[in-house]
Amino acid sequence: MNRMFRHHLFWPLAILAALLLFNLFYSPDFFNIVMRNGHMYGSLIDILNFGAPLVLVAIGMTLVIATKGIDLSVGSIVAIAGALACLTISRGTDQNALSLVLSAVGLTVGLSFFLGAWNGFLVATTGIQPIIATLILMVAGRGIAQLITSGQIITVTSDTYNYIGNGALAALPFSIFIVAAIYLIVSLLTRKTALGLFIESVGCNPQASRLIGIRSRLIIITVYMFCGLCAGIAGLILSSNVASADGNNAGLWYELDAILAVVIGGTSLNGGRFYLTGTVIGALIIQTLTTTIYMIGVPPEITLVVKAFVVLTVCLIQSEVFRKKVVQRWKTRRYPAEREVSRHV
Amino acid sequence: MNQDQPILQMSGIHKRFPGVKVLSDVRFRLFPGEVHALMGENGAGKSTLIKVLTGVYSTDEGSITLEGKPLVVRSPLEAQSIGISTVYQEVNLCPNLTVAENIFIGSEPLIFGRINWKEMNRKAETLLRDRLQLNIDVKLPLENYSVAVQQLVAIARSLNVSAKVLILDEPTSSLDRGEVEQLFLIMRKLQREGLAILFVTHFLDQVYEISDRITILRNGEFVGEYMADELPRIELVSKMIGRELQMLERIPKGADNVSPQAGIIAQASGLGRKGVIEPFDLAIRQGEVVGLAGLLGSGRTEVARLFFGADRPDQGKLELPIAGGTAASPRQALEKGIAFCSENRKTEGIVGDLTVRENMILAIQARRGWFKTISRKRQDELALEYIKLLNINPSNPEQLVRNLSGGNQQKVILARWLLTQPQLLILDEPTRGIDVGTKAEIQKLVMSLSEEGMAVLFVSSELEEVLRVSDRIAVLRDRRIVKEIADQEINQHNVMQAIAGG
Amino acid sequence: MYNRKYLPILVTFGLFVLIFAAGSFRYTGFFSSQVFLNLLIDNSFLLITAVGMTFVIVSGGIDLSVGSVIALTTMISASLVQNQGWPPFVVIPLVLATGAFFGWIMGAIIHYFKVQPFIVTLAGMFLARGLCYVISINTITIDDAFYTKVAQTKIPLPGNASVSISVLIALAVVAIALYLAHYTRFGRSVYAIGGSEQSALLMGLPVARTQILVYTLSGFCSALAGVVFTFYMLSGYGLHAVGMELDTIAAVVIGGTLLTGGVGFVIGTFFGVLIQGVIQTIISFEGTLSSWWTKIVIGLLLFFFILLQRLFSSRRKTIRS
Repeated sequence: MNRMFRHHLFWPLAILAALLLFNLFYSPDFFNIVMRNGHMYGSLIDILNFGAPLVLVAIGMTLVIATKGIDLSVGSIVAIAGALACLTISRGTDQNALSLVLSAVGLTVGLSFFLGAWNGFLVATTGIQPIIATLILMVAGRGIAQLITSGQIITVTSDTYNYIGNGALAALPFSIFIVAAIYLIVSLLTRKTALGLFIESVGCNPQASRLIGIRSRLIIITVYMFCGLCAGIAGLILSSNVASADGNNAGLWYELDAILAVVIGGTSLNGGRFYLTGTVIGALIIQTLTTTIYMIGVPPEITLVVKAFVVLTVCLIQSEVFRKKVVQRWKTRRYPAEREVSRHV
Repeated sequence: MNQDQPILQMSGIHKRFPGVKVLSDVRFRLFPGEVHALMGENGAGKSTLIKVLTGVYSTDEGSITLEGKPLVVRSPLEAQSIGISTVYQEVNLCPNLTVAENIFIGSEPLIFGRINWKEMNRKAETLLRDRLQLNIDVKLPLENYSVAVQQLVAIARSLNVSAKVLILDEPTSSLDRGEVEQLFLIMRKLQREGLAILFVTHFLDQVYEISDRITILRNGEFVGEYMADELPRIELVSKMIGRELQMLERIPKGADNVSPQAGIIAQASGLGRKGVIEPFDLAIRQGEVVGLAGLLGSGRTEVARLFFGADRPDQGKLELPIAGGTAASPRQALEKGIAFCSENRKTEGIVGDLTVRENMILAIQARRGWFKTISRKRQDELALEYIKLLNINPSNPEQLVRNLSGGNQQKVILARWLLTQPQLLILDEPTRGIDVGTKAEIQKLVMSLSEEGMAVLFVSSELEEVLRVSDRIAVLRDRRIVKEIADQEINQHNVMQAIAGG
Repeated sequence: MYNRKYLPILVTFGLFVLIFAAGSFRYTGFFSSQVFLNLLIDNSFLLITAVGMTFVIVSGGIDLSVGSVIALTTMISASLVQNQGWPPFVVIPLVLATGAFFGWIMGAIIHYFKVQPFIVTLAGMFLARGLCYVISINTITIDDAFYTKVAQTKIPLPGNASVSISVLIALAVVAIALYLAHYTRFGRSVYAIGGSEQSALLMGLPVARTQILVYTLSGFCSALAGVVFTFYMLSGYGLHAVGMELDTIAAVVIGGTLLTGGVGFVIGTFFGVLIQGVIQTIISFEGTLSSWWTKIVIGLLLFFFILLQRLFSSRRKTIRS
């Protein structure tokens, strides 16, 4: 029993279960899934479908955070990716042509790799703090996205492209398969090769990692590139889902939701151990929360208030000082400097 | 000079941290107008004693009196306000503020409620000029000046708050000769003005140059208080690092004396790093244990780091005749079969969030790259093998390293490097903070490894240990290798003589 | 040597003059006092927020909640004045106090629980934005006499130019901030903490109080900017000032403040805001260029200045060692 409580997935799963349970009581048909035209419909399917881009971005963010970094630019990359893909397709003569869609996807994936590499390069080689280095692309990226779309909302009428975000495979939304595939690949790459171990080592103790002979620069550039890729694919799914690209609003606040998902999933912002499954559950919690709030008829924007409290609670629990404070109020009050100084030694 | 009454008296000081006793029954006296050196090696309890005195830590037992009145200090600030000021090795000032601000911040002269910059600059200038003989532009940010000047500014700040006792904690460790002279000049001046100065340093020459009295601590215990001119250097050294001057039995080594024909694994010629370690020559042969002896700060660690490429040398070269090439970075060193256990176990050794097994296989995995993974089964085998070999407790390979005791963490790091089957193993303080039993185990391990042909560079602040395991000892003093002692010559007296020098 | 401290600010000032001169040469009617004053009129709220942010960043922190606090302020003001019929002279002090209180809470959490400022203010950003929607999800337009009067008042200046009341408020904030930063113990403590928190603590400075006050000040400035923004927009809306935190941070960084803390100038921030304004103006004068170029150019400037800072601080290190 105790082991169960301490397992890193216990709390995320418990929260998710509680949310779903609430929905069940609030609206009994929440769990209903109906088949129509070979597609499954239902709130649960919606959560998976609409949550797919967030899950993707959060997976990328998990690896970045595991190296003690952060990537603020994912939202902008989502917008850029959607914009580039939609622009390429809208310029084609036959929007339904598979080759056109494939080249659009290829181009987008390439660009998001590049943008990720840019972030990774700044962080790994110039020594600029990650939060600042990625802030640059966060600001400029929105502009670039709008530059690509010329400030318009580009709509595409390509059934082929539409399939990415709206199509169904085996009656399930296609996007779920993309996410599952990437999740699988990352899990294999990080757990079956030494990559995961190196990432954790670099995030937990960069100095020791250097002495061990781990190529930390390469690792850091790799995770940012991967994070860029995830954001790019998320951008594809999102824009395909609505069949349009909006440079201004696509992927807005994705970076924050992704960070939140990672933190809920149990990965510490201080780097080190990371939990991909936890992140996926974290992202699903956020999506379920949004859906729930929609359903009970409160303005969806109020999710923000709930999120605020979730962020704060999780971070306070992760804060060592907070935990210690609760225990040792008295002592630290008597010798405040003992705590301060020992923190720095 | 009032020599009869100590201005500051500490007696029966006890302090323990969870699991460790850091000070037991320590006493210390300080007279007005004297420079009193506090001496001791790593873990002797110097810094803890200072922290107790300045109110950073509480005492578990014992009493402190200042000018005959009992004293309870709860914070560095409180200590300062009653006249005990401290200047630390890393200057605790704000580099971005001006010199004048650093002296006066918190008590700036005000005019109509706003800071009177003119007055502040003028006061700072006068203070620096009159009391510290320092003529600098006080309107510049502190970071524009050398560490030496920053030290003086820190002293000026403490004088500003009418100090009776001035604690200088290793103020000279990053100063050059000229700067030390300047500092000493000022210390003497302040001393004449009646200030009591507590001085911590690792440089013997400096101790004898400036101090009137010496207190020695070892392993958290009080060893003795002596007048500086009545304590010969060699005795000081022996009190700091040895038990009494008694001959220790060397553990007989199987294949004694490494033959001069044995291949040279690593050869440093003129290797050095400015301001850190003077250029030196040192060769390490197969199957040889080379010990580095010297006081803290003498450059032991720095030599070891250069051999691993952990720091970049700025002169000379390191050759690896057998492996070929050199080791310019840890990565390269690893590929050439060199392993390095850092003295900073926490910050440069363990990866706390990972398990014992993962920590062990990290280095070998780093050498194999991302994709040539070691199968989980093999990992478990290796981990269990080394847990048994090194007697690691708890024996669970899935335990987080963070939760192990210091000694066991050290063993995990040893296992990590042994797994790479190095030709040269560099051990920097492998037994620091470790219980006696484990110490003996590690020493034995080192010797058996060298018998198997591994070369070992062994650094320790415990002389006995170095004597016991080494075939050859390079002695360091003041960032310089001053002597190499080999074979029959190795005994405590010879090494101490070399350490004490002069 | 003396000038090095002021180098970033000189770069900022030079850049502003350069861009303004370039605009004047290129476009007729650009070089006029009214164009310059419009920079202030259109960016007064940004200026006020950026001044608060300067203190936060100098102390080594960051405040992501500013944009949301502005929105919340417009929302509370609009709903109280418009829907509840409260008099403006009660509402304005109330919203200012709310903003300050908001910042105070965040500062206290940051200081006492040692949670990264980035995360705490992120939560604050979510909370303030969310609270807007708790009040209403629609725009609330204000037609209160006082607000419209303030919004329409033009203060004539010689040379046929004029400024709004908001500009006067913003300039007053800059003046007070200059005094605070350079002539009070509070201001100097902020710099000291940014330089080295550990040292500040050992030097006996009131680190806790200062750190919390810095966020309180930033919250207050955001609320004041919100009041000014209400005058400017004459409405309250939950989507007001979205992304303002980025503009604000960019302005502060372009103004020569080190993101790692310890170095920065209020006057630099003033020019940082003006640079953003003048870029926008040029882009609107150009006509063919679209507004998103502003973001790209600001991103590039940000990159340039961060690199400059990096060079600056690595030089600092070599000098120290």
